[in-house]
Amino acid sequence: MTKLIFEKHIAEANTFELPPLEVPEVGLSETVPEHLLRENATVIPEVSEVELIRHYTELSNRAYGVDNGFYPLGSCTMKYNPKINEWASRLPGFAQIHPYQPRETVQGAMQILYELGKMLGEITGMDHFTLQPAAGAHGEMAGVMMIKAYHNKRGDFKRTKMMVPDSAHGTNPATANVVGFDVIEIKSNDRGLVDLDDLKAKMSDEVAGLMLTNPNTLGLFEEEIQEIAAVVHEGGGLLYYDGANLNAIMGICRPGDMGFDVIHLNLHKTFATPHGGGGPGSGPVGIKDFLADFLPKPIVIKKGDSYSFDYDRPDSIGRVKNFYGNFGVIVKAYTYIMAVGSEGLKDACQQAVLNANYLRYHLQKKYHIPFDRLCKHEFVITARNQMESNHVATLDIAKRLMDYGYHPPTVYFPLIVKEAMMIEPTETESRERLDSFIAAMDEIAREVRENTQIVLDAPHTTVIGRVDEVTAARSPIVKWEE
Amino acid sequence: MKFTPNPPAVVEAMLNDIGLKNLDDLFTDINEDLKQKHQQEFVKNGLSEIEIREHMKKLAGRNSNVDDYPTFLGAGAYDHYIPAVIEQIMWRSEFYTAYTPYQAEISQGILQAIFEYQTLICNLTGMDVSNASMYDGGSALAEACKLASMHTKRRKILVPETVHPEYMEVLKTYGISGIMEIVPVPCNEGTYSADTFISMIDKETAAAIVQQPNFFGNLEEVTKIEEAIHQNKGLLIMAVDPISLAVLKAPGDLGADIAVGEGQSLGNSLSFGGPYLGFFAATNKLMRKIPGRIVGQTLDTRGQRAFVLTLQAREQHIRREKANSNICSNQALNALAASIYLVAVGSKGLKEIAVRSHQLAHFAEVQLKKQGVELLYNKPYFREFAVKMDDPAFMNHKLLENGMIGGYELPGAMLLAFTEKRTRAEIERLAFVLGGLEND
Amino acid sequence: MNIPQGLFYSSSHEWIKIEGEKVTLGITDFAQHHLGDIVFVEVPELNSEVNVGDSIAVVESVKAVSEIYSPVSGTIIAVNEELEESPELLNEDPYKNYIAVIEVSNEIETEKLMSAKDYEAYCIEEEKK
Repeated sequence: MTKLIFEKHIAEANTFELPPLEVPEVGLSETVPEHLLRENATVIPEVSEVELIRHYTELSNRAYGVDNGFYPLGSCTMKYNPKINEWASRLPGFAQIHPYQPRETVQGAMQILYELGKMLGEITGMDHFTLQPAAGAHGEMAGVMMIKAYHNKRGDFKRTKMMVPDSAHGTNPATANVVGFDVIEIKSNDRGLVDLDDLKAKMSDEVAGLMLTNPNTLGLFEEEIQEIAAVVHEGGGLLYYDGANLNAIMGICRPGDMGFDVIHLNLHKTFATPHGGGGPGSGPVGIKDFLADFLPKPIVIKKGDSYSFDYDRPDSIGRVKNFYGNFGVIVKAYTYIMAVGSEGLKDACQQAVLNANYLRYHLQKKYHIPFDRLCKHEFVITARNQMESNHVATLDIAKRLMDYGYHPPTVYFPLIVKEAMMIEPTETESRERLDSFIAAMDEIAREVRENTQIVLDAPHTTVIGRVDEVTAARSPIVKWEE
Repeated sequence: MKFTPNPPAVVEAMLNDIGLKNLDDLFTDINEDLKQKHQQEFVKNGLSEIEIREHMKKLAGRNSNVDDYPTFLGAGAYDHYIPAVIEQIMWRSEFYTAYTPYQAEISQGILQAIFEYQTLICNLTGMDVSNASMYDGGSALAEACKLASMHTKRRKILVPETVHPEYMEVLKTYGISGIMEIVPVPCNEGTYSADTFISMIDKETAAAIVQQPNFFGNLEEVTKIEEAIHQNKGLLIMAVDPISLAVLKAPGDLGADIAVGEGQSLGNSLSFGGPYLGFFAATNKLMRKIPGRIVGQTLDTRGQRAFVLTLQAREQHIRREKANSNICSNQALNALAASIYLVAVGSKGLKEIAVRSHQLAHFAEVQLKKQGVELLYNKPYFREFAVKMDDPAFMNHKLLENGMIGGYELPGAMLLAFTEKRTRAEIERLAFVLGGLEND
Repeated sequence: MNIPQGLFYSSSHEWIKIEGEKVTLGITDFAQHHLGDIVFVEVPELNSEVNVGDSIAVVESVKAVSEIYSPVSGTIIAVNEELEESPELLNEDPYKNYIAVIEVSNEIETEKLMSAKDYEAYCIEEEKK
C-alpha cells in the first residue's frame, strides 16, 4: 500500500527557503488588522525534496496513460500526444507571459489564437471561432447560450426546449438543462440513427434546436443529416454539433457543410493535446456568420500585421471564463496542426476509421455487435453472448482486459445498448497493437467459457482489486484526517 | 510529420483483410455532395520537426516573457516562484497522457493525487470538503453561485463591485441560465460598505459574495456580512487567494459555506491566462450537491485502502437532463501542480512567501510615496494595491522601455502586485519610473 | 419480485398506501432492484407543501439516480429520517421502509395509479425494454 503524503510527514524535513530579505522588515500585524489574520497555521505535510519526488514518481507508476499502452476509450479519442507539442507549450515565450501584458508584448501569442481560430474554421466549415471555453462541456454551454441569445434577440421567447437524441453524451442534456432549456429526447431508429419521424413529430415552434453528434456515439454516420438539418431549420431551430467525434470525419467532410450552426471541438481529443488525467482540455466553439454577434468576448482581431482584442461587442453572451482560454493547450493543438498539415489531418481520420473497422471486423467473431456495418472512428460491441452463456458482464471483461495490459474501453455507454463496450482505437495504433488486442479479447472470450471465475474476479495484476464503491458513496471519506 | 504508425503496405493489407479496396470505401456512408472538394489553405503537407521548432520559437520570440521582464502585474494571475520539482513531475507522461480515472484499478496514482489535493485545499480553506478542481477561479465562483441558488431555491446573488471584473462578467454569463440573478453591490471606496451590502440582503438572497483580498488588493470586513446573510438563511461564498490564506483568516473560520478561488499561484505558470485551476470547497452539508468530480477513500476486494471517484450520482453522465452542472473534467494536471507546490514549499514556506510578497509591497508603497506617487485607496491591502496615475498606458510603455512589465491599467490608476520574486532593485526602478525620474 | 396486495402503484415505481387522508409512499421492490445498492436518500422537508407530480425525494445508487414524485397534493407530515443514515434499508425492505407521509389536501386521483396485479404486468413489460 502506498502511503499518503500526509503519512510521510517529518517535522522540519522541508528545507525550502527564500533569498535574504533586502528591505526593512515590517510585521504583518503592523499593516493588516489583527482580526483578519489567520491564527492557526495551514496544515501541509513536511517532506524532503527527494521524498517528494519519490512520492509522485510512485504515484505515476500507479497510473496508466497513452504512453503506457493501448487506450481504446470510446468517444475519448485517446490518440498519441506528440512530444513536440509539449516542448512548444513550455517555451518561456508562451508559458511565462501574463494575460494582461501590453498587447505589443504578446503578439506571437495572439497570432496563435487568431490563426488557430482560422484553421479550425477551415477544418469544420464554420465562419468564426472562440477559443475561450476550457473544455468540451464548457464549449457546449457557451454554444447553447449563443443559441438562446439568438432566439431571444429575435424576440422569439417561446423556444424553451432543446432536442437531444437518446444516444447522446450525458453532457448534451445536462448542458441544455444548465442553460435553462427543457430537454426533449429523440429516439434512435433500428439502424442506430436519429429517427426522422420522431424528430419531425417533436419539432415545433417551442424548440430552440437539436444537439447532435455525427458520427453518433455508436460510431455511425447520420446518413440523413441533410434531412435532419432541414427539419430543424424549417422549424426555426438551430443545429448544434457536439465535436467529440470529429476525428471520424476530419478532412473528409465538414459539420458546417452538413448544416450545423454551432459546434464545439475538443482539442484534447481530435487535436492530440493530452487529457492530463482529467484535464486541462480546451473546447473551442465555432459558429456561422449570423451568430457572430453573440460570441463570448473578447475576440482576437487582426489589423495589418498586428493583433488586438475586441471587447466592444454589446450582444456577446459575455465571458465563460477569465482571460482567453486554456492557452497552453491551444499552443499544443496549433503545433499539432502545423506539424501534420491538412493532408495529415485527413490521413489521421482515414487511419482512425480503418483501425476501427479492422477491430470491428475481427471482434465480431466472439462478441455481439448490435449494429454490424461500416463504422466510423468507433463502434459498440456487447457482452450479450458472454452474459447469456456464463453470466459474465461487460464490467468483468473490462476488468480482465487490465490483466492483459490494456486500458478498458468505455463501458455501459451509450445507454441505448445493454452491456455496451464502446471501442475507439484512434489512428495512432499499429496493426500489431490491434492484433494483440484482438487476441486478448478472444482469449477473454475463451476464458469466459472455460475459466469463468478468473474473469469474474479480475483484475488480478493491478495494484488494487475492484473497489467498494457502495461504501465510498454511502459514507464518504473525501479527505485525509489524522 | 505524421503520427500514424502503419505504412502504406500495411494499410493495404488491413483493407484487404476486411474486404475493402481502398480508403474511400471507408466513407461510403457519407453523402457524396457533403465530401470536401477544396484543398484547405493552411499548411498542406505539414512541417518537419525542425521546421516546427523554428516556427514556434519565432512566435514565442514575439512575446516578452516575465523571466526576462520583471512584472508587477497581478489582477488575478501572479508571478510567484515555481519550484523546479514541479516541472519534473509534470513531464511524467503516466500523468499527462492519462484519461479521467474512471477505472480505479489502473488509476490509483491519479486518484490518490486528487485525494491529497482535496485534503490540502480543505486544510488551506478550513472547509470540510473539496472537489477535484474546476476550470478556473471565475467559473468556480459561477458554479458556487448556481449551487447557492439551487440549494436555497432563491435567485438573487449579491456581488460587490470590488470582485474581479472578469469574475463579474462570468457570473452574468452563467446567469443566462435564468436560475440566478446577479445583483452588483455598489462600491466606491475600494472596499464594500458593510451597511450598503447588508441593506441589500433579504429573504430572496441566495448568496453574498466576498472576494478576499478583493480585486484592488484591499481587505474586506467579512464578519458583519456573514451574520447578515446567515440570519436571512442565504449562503456566504468567499473567493479567496490561496497564497494569502497562509496569513489571512480562512473562509472556514469566517463561516463561509463555499470557498472558491483561482489556484494558478500554486505552482502553475502564467501561460497567458490558462490552463489554471479553480478550487472549490464547501461545508459537509453541501457535499452531495457540489459540482465536479470528487475522489473518496474506500477498500478493495483485497482489503487494501483504495481511492475511487465517488458521489457520481451528482454528475452529468448519470443525472443527464437533471444535472445541476454539466462539468465533466477537472484540471487534474494543474491540481497536481498545486499539490506539489504546497508540499514543496510547506506550511512555513507558504507563510514566508505570503509575508515576503506583502513586505515587498509595503516597501514599494513607501518608495512610491517618496516619489510622489499616491495610493488610490488608503485601506489595508495584501500584496497588491492601486496607485493614482494620469495615464497608466503611457507609464506602462515607459516601464517597458526600462525593461519591466508594469501593472494593470485602471481608469486613472494602476494596480501593482508584488511577489517574492521581485527584488529591491526592481522595486526602486519601478518607483523611479512611475515617479517620473526615468532611469536611462 | 415482491408486489404486496392492497397498495397502489405508480408508473414511476412508487408504492402508495392510502389511509383516509393520509398517504404513505416509498419505492417498490422493482425500483430498488434496478437501482442496485442505494447509497443516499434525500428526504423531503417536514411540513412542506407538495403538488401532484412534484419531485419530493431523491434516491441515489452508485450509478443511477431516481426522483420520487408525489401522486397527491398536500403536506408532508412525516419523513423517514432513518434513511438519511441508513439508505440500505430501502434495499432490505422497500415496503417496510417508507419515504414520506403526506396529508392530502384534495381528492386522491387513484385512477392514475395501478393495482398490484396491473403493476405486475407493467413491470413485466418494463423488464422487456
